[in-house]
Amino acid sequence: MTDLTDLTLADARDGIAKKSFTAVELTQAHLDAMEQARPLNAFLVETPERALEMAKASDARIAKGEGRSLEGLPLGIKDLFCTQGVQTTAGSTILKGFEPPYESTVTRNLWRDGAVMLGKLNLDEFAMGSSNETSAFGPVTSPWRRPGSDARLVPGGSSGGSAAAVAARLCLAATATDTGGSIRQPAAFTGTVGIKPTYGRCSRWGTVAFASSLDQAGPIARTVRDAAIMLRSMAGADERDTTCADLPVPDYEVAVTRGVKGLKIGLPKEYRVPGMPEEIERLWQQGAAWLRAAGAEIVEISLPHTKYALPAYYIVAPAEASSNLARYDGVRYGLRVEGRDVIDMYERTRAAGFGREVKRRVMIGTYVLSAGYYDAYYLRAQKIHTLIKRDFEEAYAAGVDAILTPATPSSAFAIGEKGLGDPVEMYLNDIFTVTVNMAGLPGIAVPGGLDAAGLPLGLQLIGRPFDEETLFAAGQVIEEAAGRIALPEAWWGR
Amino acid sequence: MSVDQTTVRRIARLARIAVTDEDVPHLQGELNAILAFVEQLGEVDVEEVEPMTSVTPMAMKKRADGITDGDRADEIVRNAPATEDGFFLVPKVVE
Repeated sequence: MTDLTDLTLADARDGIAKKSFTAVELTQAHLDAMEQARPLNAFLVETPERALEMAKASDARIAKGEGRSLEGLPLGIKDLFCTQGVQTTAGSTILKGFEPPYESTVTRNLWRDGAVMLGKLNLDEFAMGSSNETSAFGPVTSPWRRPGSDARLVPGGSSGGSAAAVAARLCLAATATDTGGSIRQPAAFTGTVGIKPTYGRCSRWGTVAFASSLDQAGPIARTVRDAAIMLRSMAGADERDTTCADLPVPDYEVAVTRGVKGLKIGLPKEYRVPGMPEEIERLWQQGAAWLRAAGAEIVEISLPHTKYALPAYYIVAPAEASSNLARYDGVRYGLRVEGRDVIDMYERTRAAGFGREVKRRVMIGTYVLSAGYYDAYYLRAQKIHTLIKRDFEEAYAAGVDAILTPATPSSAFAIGEKGLGDPVEMYLNDIFTVTVNMAGLPGIAVPGGLDAAGLPLGLQLIGRPFDEETLFAAGQVIEEAAGRIALPEAWWGR
Repeated sequence: MSVDQTTVRRIARLARIAVTDEDVPHLQGELNAILAFVEQLGEVDVEEVEPMTSVTPMAMKKRADGITDGDRADEIVRNAPATEDGFFLVPKVVE
């Protein structure tokens, strides 16, 4: 028998159903792998007792022939999703020790379908970052290394723990969230598949808020099919989130094998940015050739406001963050630092509880919303936001079914390499992904191959609103053409 | 546009984040780097463009105005740093 942790989620599901192994065996194999992989710092909290309890309950259901769609499948949960009675920190000192008395809708949906929780995954503080280096609990080390080097690389962010854990086979799949690229960029950096669904596809209830108009949950998994299985369970209407769409969730797994024959795929010329490495351009053209060979028509399109998406995002997202994070005041939960009076207590609490990146963004957000600057910054950015969305609407109105782009402008970099002096250097990681959040569209990152340094590169497909199915179909074509890339051998914990 | 050190302190006050004298020059540099980056938005013609309010055209969901939850004071205050008899405790606010 192959190592149980090397199975895809789909194969593990089928193996459990056929009683080739039990949910407890599968769960224990992952708990053992997690223990070995502690040097990666992917998990902030491990919940082995709960995991084995859930797995036992799954085995009992399977014995009665009552297995559900994710029965007995061990998953990792990004520590942005509130989990009842299990510490939820959002990667921040200000929430250290917080044990939610409620369960997020997304995780509740997963447990409803029989999944097993292994623990909570590391992330950038409040999901603000592209390398997992802003976590108050230390960076995550990627399971990937450059051949012949032991330099520690970043797994990307903000869902860095999720991507690292999936690539290192510590869990079959993981939940993640994406406000500007936080699912797709780490998926691309780690050779995994990540989908950010359409805004409103997954409920945001019980997920710690960063920028509410852009935040969306989605899965990171090892194959397109696994991501499809995960999203079907995570998504769905929720009366507790007024922005969650009242739409039925399709059986995404069926769409995986649908193919791309007759689809029109657009390549936006504005994504050819100055300084982009030649191998990224080559991979992009290769992706287009794969889709063409599978029967799609490739057309060049124009999304003229692309270059303004990232600067507009760095006004809109911090503005929303400054408002959302106002709740961390040392009164209702988390850290409190006493002061001379109530204002002094707020200021000291937030100074001690927030890290540098979070402070920067809260301050930028406060500034662009303040009297005298609102029109020049925030209002202008929201007008440009309209133009960015209009670009996509026009492309889709002209008959394009999906859009193909590179997922990131580079492969993974080393811990400590970027953004130390200038925060904008780090922000540029999201240049290809952030437009999708601004337009509320679904986007998937699928591994396309390795670069010259031996590190994974991803391709991104962007779809029409609520048409995740086309992304799974086209993503599968790329996965088959590229061949599933070999994930790194377990060098950690030896 | 760029911010001076007085403005950095004013923003920090508005954001309720205490800053030290050492923090201010760093923050000033970082905030100005971000503001320089967003400066390019000034190139775009936004005449007669409506600002975005919602990315998906959806009507706000409504429900009957009824009690759907409650009677959980203990759970609600359980994570608070200081409580008494189901209330949150804060430093004296009114003299």
